[in-house]
Amino acid sequence: MLKIEGLFLELDGRPILRGLELEVAEGEIHALLGANGTGKSTLAYTIMGLAGYRPQRGRIYFAGQEITDRSVTERARLGITLAWQQPASFEGLTIKEYLEIARQSGGTSPTIAECLELVGLPAANYLARTLNEHLSGGERKRVELAAVLAMNPRLAILDEPDSGIDVLSLADIMEVIRGMNRRGITVLLITHREEFARAAHRASHLCAGRVLKTGEPEEVVRFYKENCKRCDHVNEPELEQLEGQR
Amino acid sequence: MRKAVELDYSKEFAAIARAYEQSGGDAQALRDHRFGSLVVSGNHILGLNKLPGLEIEVEELADGIKAHIEVEPGAIIAQPVHLCFGLLPKEGVQRIISHFKVGPGASVRFLAHCSFPNAVKVQHIMEAEAQIGAGAEMEYNEAHFHGPAGGAEVYPHARIAIAEGGRYRSEFKLIQGMVGRLDIDYEVHLEARATAELLAKVYGKGDDRIRIKDSLYLEGAQARGLVKSRIVLQDRAEAEFAGEAVGAAPFARGHIDCTEILRGTEAKAVAVPKLTVVDERAKLTHEAAIGSIDKKELETLMARGLSEEEAVETVVRGLLR
Ligand SMILES: Nc1ncnc2c1ncn2[C@@H]1O[C@H](COP(=O)(O)OP(=O)(O)OP(=O)(O)O)[C@@H](O)[C@H]1O
Ligand SMILES: [Mg+2]
Repeated sequence: MLKIEGLFLELDGRPILRGLELEVAEGEIHALLGANGTGKSTLAYTIMGLAGYRPQRGRIYFAGQEITDRSVTERARLGITLAWQQPASFEGLTIKEYLEIARQSGGTSPTIAECLELVGLPAANYLARTLNEHLSGGERKRVELAAVLAMNPRLAILDEPDSGIDVLSLADIMEVIRGMNRRGITVLLITHREEFARAAHRASHLCAGRVLKTGEPEEVVRFYKENCKRCDHVNEPELEQLEGQR
Repeated sequence: MRKAVELDYSKEFAAIARAYEQSGGDAQALRDHRFGSLVVSGNHILGLNKLPGLEIEVEELADGIKAHIEVEPGAIIAQPVHLCFGLLPKEGVQRIISHFKVGPGASVRFLAHCSFPNAVKVQHIMEAEAQIGAGAEMEYNEAHFHGPAGGAEVYPHARIAIAEGGRYRSEFKLIQGMVGRLDIDYEVHLEARATAELLAKVYGKGDDRIRIKDSLYLEGAQARGLVKSRIVLQDRAEAEFAGEAVGAAPFARGHIDCTEILRGTEAKAVAVPKLTVVDERAKLTHEAAIGSIDKKELETLMARGLSEEEAVETVVRGLLR
């Protein structure tokens, strides 16, 4: 469904993505693991086509079409969306309006109230609240997941949906993502949590702007832990050495 | 049944009521005896409804009106008092001189709507004074409706004094149509534990020139004030925001918060916050943001399928709400 070939991207003259290759299959939850600063969010922005994230080299294909030069809106209308690691605040916009915007392209998605209930926010308490006032970080992240549910995209890129979520609710959030996936949404799940990665169908490990390994989540988690623990070159791994283990 | 409105229902009343609705007002309320109201077209007083505890005295001037509006001590005016000002011809001057007195412990809320739908060369001058008694509460919401010509000069000037523990909140909105020139000058003096909140939301278009000057004088201990403005500018519109706070008493708190959004390259915005601390136990803060619309907000909406233009409209609508 999503295929990325030889992606190079520099930010402020610094190479961040360096020949990245990734394939996400239709219908799967694909976890993306990697240490802080390895380029996970950058990859998410590049797939979404945000301004300033046009790759210098490489191609991105979605559902058989090349989208490397498409605008954000075009990509969204093809069925891609992104839930930001730190969602935007939006002064004066109510949660109801925000979710309605997402739902415009959603068609058969659950109602807005249902989307909120699914992410653990009682609709009656939240619909009329604005996004910039009195929402905790975790609540805001849940609203972002509700927006993805309302939009019902073909591919949802979730950038650390687990960060800011209280420990007791983590399992619920993972269940929301699984439910999303059961409704036919392919998920690229950026996470630091092993248990989230394990709940995925497949996983990839990102280091220094490259995918070093893709495979069974368990195997990728082990690879990540073993190699990143002993790697003392933060974001500058001895690529050749690791290459052999791919 | 008690007569709702003491003055005549003329064609002019109907016309001004229509303009009132255009500016977001509920014209029914102007004829409803449960709501205090004052309806003025040019210098004609068309409607006046007083309530127990709410006294309105008004006289016509050559170029406007002079009103004294008083709320008795302890009176709680449950329904909003509707003030409808407007000038329907293309040209003319409307001067509104008003004096508000809210007795200690009283509470009142005004909904003012000002309509200049045909303005080509119109001046609307507001010279207001308000005295808010100890523990009293006054809210003043003013919405403007202007036509497409941008031929108005609007000068809302007010001096507000809030006694101990009193509360004042105002919201000025000019987002429909094109104004021409807008010059807001509000000065608020606060005694101990008094609070004030001054909000302005303005959409400048065409060649609009906008100046907003809001000043808080925190003169009593623990007085608290907030000045907040949201200005969106397009075309060649220019705006200058000058928010000022003076902290002259222990534990007074003041905050100035200004966001100005520019759409296009020709609009221009200036923000000049000024903080003066006279008593070192006072605390004053400010934040100002001038620029284009937040990129992340736009891209989030675009990632949900909105076009860039739709995303801009959505963000602006929220900001000016
Ligand atoms: N606009 C920018 N200009 C220059 N460098 C940037 C820019 N944005 C990010 N970077 C750098 O790119 C690298 C990758 O950042 P990115 O946010 O993609 O990391 P990440 O893998 O998402 O990390 P985290 O786990 O902390 O979220 C970092 O080293 C960061 O400093
Ligand atoms: Mg990140």
